Amino acid sequence: MTQAPPLPTLAANKLPADPTPHRRPGRLRKALRRRWQLYLLVIPPLAYFVMFQYVPMANGIIAFKHYNVIEGIWGSDWAGLEYFERFFTNPMFTTVVSNTFLLSLYALIASFPIPIILALALNEIRGRFFKRTVQMVTYAPYFISTVIVVSMAILILSPRIGLISEVTGFFGLPATDYLAQPDFFRHVYVWTEVWQTAGYSAVIYLAALAGVDPALYEAAKVDGANRLQKIWHVDLPSITPTIVVVLILSVGSIMAVGFEKAFLLQNPLNLSQSEIIATYTYKLGIQNADFSLATAVGLFNSVINLVLLLVVNKVSKRVTGSGLW
Amino acid sequence: MIGVYILLVTFLLVVLLPLWYIVVSSVSSPGAVSAGRVFLWPVEFTLRGYEVALTNPKILSGFANSLFYTAVGTLLSVALTVMLAYPLSRADFVGRKVLTGAVVFTMLFAGGMIPTYLVVQATGMLDTRWAMIIPKAVAVWPAILAITYFRSAIPDDVREAGEIDGASDLRILWKLILPLATPMIAVIALMYAIGQWNSYFDALIYLRDDSLYPLQLVLRNILILNTDSGADAASALERQQLANLLKYSLIVISTVPMMLIYPFVARYFTKGLLLGAVKG
Repeated sequence: MTQAPPLPTLAANKLPADPTPHRRPGRLRKALRRRWQLYLLVIPPLAYFVMFQYVPMANGIIAFKHYNVIEGIWGSDWAGLEYFERFFTNPMFTTVVSNTFLLSLYALIASFPIPIILALALNEIRGRFFKRTVQMVTYAPYFISTVIVVSMAILILSPRIGLISEVTGFFGLPATDYLAQPDFFRHVYVWTEVWQTAGYSAVIYLAALAGVDPALYEAAKVDGANRLQKIWHVDLPSITPTIVVVLILSVGSIMAVGFEKAFLLQNPLNLSQSEIIATYTYKLGIQNADFSLATAVGLFNSVINLVLLLVVNKVSKRVTGSGLW
Repeated sequence: MIGVYILLVTFLLVVLLPLWYIVVSSVSSPGAVSAGRVFLWPVEFTLRGYEVALTNPKILSGFANSLFYTAVGTLLSVALTVMLAYPLSRADFVGRKVLTGAVVFTMLFAGGMIPTYLVVQATGMLDTRWAMIIPKAVAVWPAILAITYFRSAIPDDVREAGEIDGASDLRILWKLILPLATPMIAVIALMYAIGQWNSYFDALIYLRDDSLYPLQLVLRNILILNTDSGADAASALERQQLANLLKYSLIVISTVPMMLIYPFVARYFTKGLLLGAVKG
């Protein structure tokens, strides 16, 4: 109220000839003058991105240096590719990389189709109450923290007091300590993940299904399609673009499997399958303070991740015609 | 059609049973839980686990810390996200393509754990409450959601009307755009709040002082590492049993705040995700 009316803006707007921006020098300066408040607004969030995203990227240089605290990041001596060599020749290399890869691949394959099936089934239901109940309930675990999901898994799988051993015990089977078996780690990881996220992921497909043109259903009906044929010929093709995007994003983050959960589910007995790149980086970097080596390992991971994403996007564009960009 | 119902009921039970088992165990007697006598209904009903959990000073301080981090963190994150997203949603904001690209790129390629740690260290935030809030203040996904929302759900006429009335860009955003964007704000606030409430990893890396620990890290120490049973005076057996009971109660307690918020925001959430999906 106390502010003077911003006359320049007003005046500029009254001009019918106000051109939609063309590429010419002075465009930015003009925009800065007219839209200075917007530029002011964007400074703090951009400062955040520079500080906590781009500076860390630049800090990645320590993977190529013998980082030490006294000399600092830029003052430390160059190490060339020494730390990468150390990682590649490390006996842990194969274990950690293949664990990461297998775990994410398994998670991807298991957690990808289930939300689609859930969404297609929900889409068939006409009764609002049942539909909403299923949706609300399957969605809820998404709100539970990883710490809690892991502790629930530990309690339920516990050989002495867990739900599972009670059930297997009922059938006369011996109690097993699942989390002490390396072979079991991946199953626990992946299926708790599915349990936690299936309902949430289904929402995206439900949204896509809600947008299907009713005329297509009419046409299918006229052609005498049954329920399954309708799902197969109308529903699935309609949500294919959404499926593709979700798939690309999942493949793109294949090497970025959740550190948090793997770390929580880890114990000395299952390390042979539960040690993944992220947990290994944490141990090297934070616990052993071997910053340069840990950064080299992390960088290796990020690069593979980026390459995977680019490749998948390219393939998808060629095959289905749609991609992320 | 029967098949569809069977499928959905299976989904329902698979999700519900573990949750129900935890709740039932949390109100059963420690002995019954340890003996495996609890399955679908409480045995020897007791609230002892809740009593122990809610009188443990570490749990209480963790709870308070988490409330603080969640409230302050969410407020800051939402504010910064809107400050970023609104200008980037405006067609007349010169440079928006470059800036959007720069923001989205951080989704594809990240500096990594140690290089980020070094920044946090250099800014002197290690072992302070700031470390829990600032380093992850803005996330790309909510920002994309907000940009899409501003661009597609709010008609440009609103802004033009404001400009004709002589309002500045800030005023238009504050008085006209934001009230219209309430559903989207609710969604991104919930996204950030869930993230904050559930995170333990930043605390693990950045905090030493356990009086600053958020609830999740306290829970991890009790539930997963078994380092603190919260029942010091009891006998060994009783302590062991109580420790187990405490775990079930703790799981319930720590999940309650999120479950309370969820129904209120759920309807917005579906809408917001829908918009995000349409864009994608």
